[in-house]
Amino acid sequence: MLLVVLEHDRGAMDEATREALTFGRGLAAQMGAPMHAALIGTDDADLVAEAGAFGAEAVYTVVHEVLVDFGPEAWGESAAELVRRLNPSAVLAGGSERGNEIMAQVAARLDLPMVANCIEIQAGSGAGEWTMTRQQWGGSLLEDARLVSERPLLTIGLHTLAAQPAPSAAEPASESVDIDLDQSLARTMVKDRVVLEAGVTLSTAPVVIGGGRGVGSAEAFAPLEELAAMLGGRVGCSRAVTNNGWRPHSDQVGQTGTRITPEIYIATGISGAIQHWVGAKASKHILAINIDPEANMVVKADWAVIADLHEVIPAIAEEIKRRRA
Amino acid sequence: MRILCCVKRVAAPGAKINVTADGLAVDATHLGFATSPHEECGVEEAVQLVERHGGEVTVLTLGPPEAAEQLRYAASVGAHHGVLVATDGSAWDPQRTAAALTAAIRGLEADEGPFDLLVFGNESADSGGFQVGVRVAYALGRPIVNGVKGIEVDLEAGGGVVHARREIDGGFEVYELPVPAAVGVKEGINLPRYPTMRGRLASKKLEIAEVGSDAQLGGQSLVRLHRPRETVTETEILGTGPEAAAAVVDVLADLGVL
Repeated sequence: MLLVVLEHDRGAMDEATREALTFGRGLAAQMGAPMHAALIGTDDADLVAEAGAFGAEAVYTVVHEVLVDFGPEAWGESAAELVRRLNPSAVLAGGSERGNEIMAQVAARLDLPMVANCIEIQAGSGAGEWTMTRQQWGGSLLEDARLVSERPLLTIGLHTLAAQPAPSAAEPASESVDIDLDQSLARTMVKDRVVLEAGVTLSTAPVVIGGGRGVGSAEAFAPLEELAAMLGGRVGCSRAVTNNGWRPHSDQVGQTGTRITPEIYIATGISGAIQHWVGAKASKHILAINIDPEANMVVKADWAVIADLHEVIPAIAEEIKRRRA
Repeated sequence: MRILCCVKRVAAPGAKINVTADGLAVDATHLGFATSPHEECGVEEAVQLVERHGGEVTVLTLGPPEAAEQLRYAASVGAHHGVLVATDGSAWDPQRTAAALTAAIRGLEADEGPFDLLVFGNESADSGGFQVGVRVAYALGRPIVNGVKGIEVDLEAGGGVVHARREIDGGFEVYELPVPAAVGVKEGINLPRYPTMRGRLASKKLEIAEVGSDAQLGGQSLVRLHRPRETVTETEILGTGPEAAAAVVDVLADLGVL
């Protein structure tokens, strides 16, 4: 059996988990094994049904008072205990921040190897040799790796495939599992949560307006903000911008920032260094505005305007206003 | 407070990354080396914490003898001690790395007791295994939270507490870890300072302690590194000035985002 550890945030399934389930269906077929899922901290029927819609044949739920909110140690121990009891042939999770963290906790607790951010996997048999291709450098370099393990622990590179519900799915069997978790595991449970902005965020925005060094200053981001607001989008930026202190790091797109997946990414004044590109490349479409026609961002974009962003951005805003009038 | 910070020497990030002819390593001939960005911020955070609360920062790295450069860099921005677990330069798998770091930390703690805080990078910029810090913390029995972008320490409250902030979509979460604790930090937690001339001079005098390792190979091994296939995009040039705005808005309308 292939066990997929589901990640959810207070009852909402994470996109990385849908991607892992989508990937997991193919992997389970390769292994000649069914795909089951582990749901931690809730037995919410909608989440069970969603796991089923993505191909999980059975869902094990673990509910406990040290799991009322996310906590890496309590979630990790729950997943590890399910692995001890269910003896899956392999364990899979999404390559999100939490997905990788939970799997690392499982790996530490079971002293098993873990391979993070895979994009292709060839299953081994029994204690056989698995091979995989995984991401290094945030995906700008790939590693072919070999894994010798009776129970591979694997995560799937974030946004390296599109999540797709199973073509045909039955209602999954749901089983509640009682696990005696030590109260001390609550020491890493979320204590408090502060929401600074409601609505769309950088990682969910349908439109992202990115600004790079070419924007020139913190103040010069105002027209980008205005355009983003008109389109219901968000402003993102490159590492150069946060290093200059023009924008907070939470706006950074890239290997050490956010991976974005908008319908369109409008990248302005951004040369497109590889570490920025790996955070931007899952955008469905890219439009670059840059004075340099040779800039990496321009070369990789679907559309480009070779001009000064300080002239083009206000002109786009004006044109939108004119058409909406 | 006593803080231990683990850092990794990596090829300087930002440039296009090439692979050596045998496919086993990054060709750094024209790149130079640096401290992996999350860990560079980790050192800065540790130094700021001891500036506020008093104490000392020890920096630990596992890597080739040249990784001593990264320990000296950390000293040039305020770290007090450097420890190197020397390898032959080959890439160690995450289990072996974690076992070696765990043993090294146990050795350092044998005399003076546990560090109040272990600081790891959330993941290394190069191999990105997302697990070494968690494995070490678990082996040492320390609570650990990853993705940390804010730390406040209260040493007075019941044996000491580390408040760790983690970014989530549109806000942040707060964790409260009992000391001794561990965190995996991310770039953005601070803007690392540059070394001063005085710092550089001090770093030259840093005595680096070397410790060995008998950590065994883990289950994962590197076969080959390669660059992803680059998808060739036909870029359609919509214009060369503000008059391109109409064509841009046409694109937005076609995509249904207007």
